[in-house]
Amino acid sequence: MSSDTYIKRPNRPLQLYAVIFLIALYAPVLFLPLFSFNDSLYVRFPLKEFTFKWYVELFQREPVWNALMNSVRIGVVVAVLSTAMGIFAAKAITRYRIPGRGTLVGFIMLPLVVPLIIFGVALLVLLSQLGVPLSLYTVAIGHMIICLPFSVATLIPRFEGFDRAIEEASADLGENAWWTFWRVTFPMVFPGVVASLMLTFTVSFDEFIMAFFLSGTQPTLPMYIWGQLRFPQEFPSILALASMIIAMSFVLVFLGQWINRGAQPGAVKGHDT
Amino acid sequence: MSDQTLPETEAPGIRQARPGRLTSLLHGSETLRGLSLLSPTLLFMSIMILLPFAILLVMSFWTPVGFEFDTTPTLNNYREAMERPIYGALLERSLRMSGIATVATVILCYPMAYYVAFHVHRNKMMWIVLMTLPFWTSYLLRVFAWKVVLGYEGVINSALISVGVIEKPLEFLLYSQSAVIITLAHAWAAFAILPLYVSLEKIDRSLLEAATDLGDGPVMRFLRVTLPLSLPGVISASLLIFIPTTGDYITPALLGGPDGAMIGNLIQKQFGPINDWPMGATLSIILMLAIAFICAVFILLTLFVRKRIS
Amino acid sequence: MTEDAFISIRKVDKHFGKVQAIDSVSIEIGHGEFFSLLGSSGCGKTTLLRMLAGFEAPTGGEIFIDGQPMSDVPPHMRPVNMVFQNYAIFPHLNVRDNIAYGLRKQRLSRNRRHDLVEEMLELIKLPGFGDRRANELSGGQRQRIALARALILRPKVLLLDEPLGALDKQLREQMQLELRALQRTVGITFVFVTHDQEEALTLSDRIAVMSQGRVLQLDTPSGLYETPHNREVASFIGTMNFFDAKVSGVNGARVEVEAAGLGRINAPARDRRYVEGESVQIAIRPEKLELTADAPLDSGISVQGSLENAAYLGERSHFFVKLDGLDQPVAVSAQNREGATIGTDATGPVWLNWSEASVVVLTSD
Repeated sequence: MSSDTYIKRPNRPLQLYAVIFLIALYAPVLFLPLFSFNDSLYVRFPLKEFTFKWYVELFQREPVWNALMNSVRIGVVVAVLSTAMGIFAAKAITRYRIPGRGTLVGFIMLPLVVPLIIFGVALLVLLSQLGVPLSLYTVAIGHMIICLPFSVATLIPRFEGFDRAIEEASADLGENAWWTFWRVTFPMVFPGVVASLMLTFTVSFDEFIMAFFLSGTQPTLPMYIWGQLRFPQEFPSILALASMIIAMSFVLVFLGQWINRGAQPGAVKGHDT
Repeated sequence: MSDQTLPETEAPGIRQARPGRLTSLLHGSETLRGLSLLSPTLLFMSIMILLPFAILLVMSFWTPVGFEFDTTPTLNNYREAMERPIYGALLERSLRMSGIATVATVILCYPMAYYVAFHVHRNKMMWIVLMTLPFWTSYLLRVFAWKVVLGYEGVINSALISVGVIEKPLEFLLYSQSAVIITLAHAWAAFAILPLYVSLEKIDRSLLEAATDLGDGPVMRFLRVTLPLSLPGVISASLLIFIPTTGDYITPALLGGPDGAMIGNLIQKQFGPINDWPMGATLSIILMLAIAFICAVFILLTLFVRKRIS
Repeated sequence: MTEDAFISIRKVDKHFGKVQAIDSVSIEIGHGEFFSLLGSSGCGKTTLLRMLAGFEAPTGGEIFIDGQPMSDVPPHMRPVNMVFQNYAIFPHLNVRDNIAYGLRKQRLSRNRRHDLVEEMLELIKLPGFGDRRANELSGGQRQRIALARALILRPKVLLLDEPLGALDKQLREQMQLELRALQRTVGITFVFVTHDQEEALTLSDRIAVMSQGRVLQLDTPSGLYETPHNREVASFIGTMNFFDAKVSGVNGARVEVEAAGLGRINAPARDRRYVEGESVQIAIRPEKLELTADAPLDSGISVQGSLENAAYLGERSHFFVKLDGLDQPVAVSAQNREGATIGTDATGPVWLNWSEASVVVLTSD
C-alpha cells in the first residue's frame, strides 16, 4: 500500500497534537537539568548565573558515593539474575506446549500491575516473620520481582521472532540442548538479552518503593535522594544528581530499545497473553 | 548433482551413543521440558509473591501488642476499617483520584497512539521508543520534577510572577488533589500508550477502506470501526493505569499534602510511624479487594456494552 | 524391495490433545530407498517425518531405524538428518559454518574440516560460496546448503520436508533431477515429504499416500497411477473418470460389471475378490480413452457419446464427452499428433474406445 492512500493521508492537527504531547511528556523532567546549572539555592525563575558547582559539590559527598555503589551493585546482580531467568522462562513460554500457559504468563506479569506498595509490605511482613534482617539483599529480592516480568516481556518477542526450526536444525545436526542454546539460541536472542540487561538494570537502579520498605541501614541512591528532599538547602545538589541519573537512564534504555528494535513493540503488555 | 561420492568423514561414533535415562524422560514429555525451564522463574515468583500475600492475609487477622503480635485470629481490624470514617474516605478518595487520572491519561494518549499507528510511516520504532522512554526512568525523579514545576516558588509560579501575571504564588498548585492527579496522569502516560498503540496497529487497514467505500466519513468511520476495534487496547490501558495508581505512594507523599493523601500513604504509616502492622495488612487486603472488585465490574460492563453494540 | 527393512514404523499413533494426527501407521522402508510421503496438508505426513527426526514422540507404537528402537532417542542422537521446509539456515553463520555446524563433535583439524566443507560445496555445485552470509543466498542456494549441511554428517537416513516447495517451477524441476541423481550417488535412504503428486511420482522408488493420519496406499509410482486401490488415491494422483457400477459376474482373472454410461464391460480383477451384485466404481484415466469419429470395427469396448466441449493445451487436447445416463461428462486426453481424426473444433456424436487392461475397479472401502 502506498503511503498516500486516502486513509493514510497526513493529518495536520493530529501531527501538532503529537508534537505537543511529546513536549509535555519531556518538559517537566527537563527542568531538573535546567535548574541544576543555576547558581541559586532557590529553584525559581528568573535564572541566575550558569554554574557547575552543584555537580562539583556532589562529587565530594561520601554518602552519595556509597549509595551509588549500593545501587550499582544491586542493579548488576538483579539485571544478570532476572535476565538469566527471563531467558529460560521466555524460551519455555514460546517453545513448549505448557498447559495453563496464559495463566502462568499472567502470574509472572502480575508485578507490572499490582501496586508495588503491596508487594513491598507483603515481602516486609514475610521477611520479618522469617527473622531475615533487612539489607541490600532484601532490596535485591524486591527488585527481582519487578524486573523479572520486564525481562520476560522483553525476551518473548525475540524468541517469537525466529523460527523454532532453526533450533530443531541444530538438534538434528547432533547438538544437545546445551550446545544448541549456546551455538544457536543465544546468538539469535542476543540483542534481546542486552536490552533486558540494560532495562532491568535501569529499573532496579531507579526503583524506590521496594527499597523504601526493604532496605536496612545502607541506602540505595533513590533512598538517599528521598532522604535529602526534606532539606530545602539540598535541593540544587539533588537536582544535579537527579539530572545525571535521568540522563544515564535515558541513554541506557534508549540503547537497549535500539539494539532490540527488531522485536515488535507491545510485549510489555501483561494481560492479553 | 555430480557423480562424486560423499566425502568421507570419521565415523560419527557419538551419534550412536544411547541416551541417559533423564535425557529420555525429558525427550518424552515436552511439557516437562518446558516446565523445567520455567521452574526457576515460577519458583521465585511463587515464593516471593504467593507466600508474602498469604502471610499478609494471615496477619490482617492479628492484633498488635507492643512490638509483638497477638496471633489469635480476629476480625477487629476489618471491623475498625469499616467503622472509622477516615479509612473509607481515604479509600474512596484514592479510587476517585486514580479513576480521574486514568480517564484523563487514556483520553490524552489515544490520539497520540492513533497518530503513530496510522500516520507515522518511517521511523515508527523511534516514535515508540520516544513515547515510552520516560516510563523506564526513575518514577521518584519524575514526581520530583513535578514538585519543582508546581512548587510554591516553583517553575510555574516564579515564571508567572516574573512575567507579571500574578503577584503572589498560587498556593493550590502544590499539595492538592489536582497536583497528584496531574502527576499520576503524566507519569503513567507512557504505560498507557503501548496497549493503545498495539490495538490500533492491529486493525486491518482494508476495514477502514471498506467503511469509507460504504459511505462513512472520517468521523463515522472512527466511531463505527476504529474505536470499537481498539476497545481492547482502551480496556487494558485503563486497567494498567488504574490498578497501580490507586495504591501509589510517592506522588501523594511528595505532592499531595494532607488533602491529597491516598490509601498508600496510610498503609505506609501503619508500617512506619503508627507501627500497627496488622492494620496495615488489613488495609492492603482491602485495597486489593476494592481494586479487584472495580476491575471486575469494569470488565463486565465493557463486555456487556460491546455485546449490546454488536 | 523391503527384504531388509531399514526403517520400520510399527503401528504408530500420534495425538495432539483430542486430534489424532497419525492413526496406527505401519511402514517399512528399505535401505537406499527414495521413499515419499504424499498427501494434502494436514494429512499427517509432516508429523510422521518429525517423529522420524525425533521432534515429536509417538503416542503409541514404535519406530526402528537400522534395528534400533527410537522412542527414547532424542533428535540429536538419531542417525538421521533433515532438510527443513524453509531450510532453517542459521542466519548468524556464513555458508561454511552452516555446513560445518554438525562436525563440532568429531574434533577434526581445521584443515580437515575446511576440506570437507569444500568437497561438499563442490558436490552441491556452489564452490567458493563458503564466506557468503546466509541472507545473501537465493532459495535454490539455501536448499543446496541445507542438503550439504545434512549430508556432510553421512546420516543413515535423510529426511526432506517439502524441500522444493519454496522454489519456482523451473528451478523445482531442475532440483528434482539433481536430487534424484544425488540420492543415487550417495546411496542414503531418503524420506521425502511432499504434497505435489507429480514430484513424488518423478522422484520416488515408492510412495505412501496419506490422508487423515492413515496410509491409503503404499506402492510404486506406476502402481499408484495405474492401479489405485480406492477413489481417494485415484483422484489425488492425476485426473480420473469415475463410473458407478455393479459387479455382474466374476470370471477368474476378470470381473464383469454393469457401469453407468458404459454398459456391461470387463475389467481385470487384479487378485481381488468380488461378489456378484457388489457396488463398485470403475475408473479410467483420460489418456487411456481414445476418441474416434466412427464406430470401431470390433465393437466390444467402445461406447457412443456426444462431444460437448474441448480445450487445446498445446502438446495435448482435452475433450469432454457426454454419455447417456451420466451427469458428468467424461474427460478424454489426447496427444496432438499429426492426422488426428477429431480436432478441438469438432462437435456431435463420437465414439469412446479403451482397452480392457486400462479399466480399474475400485471398491468402496
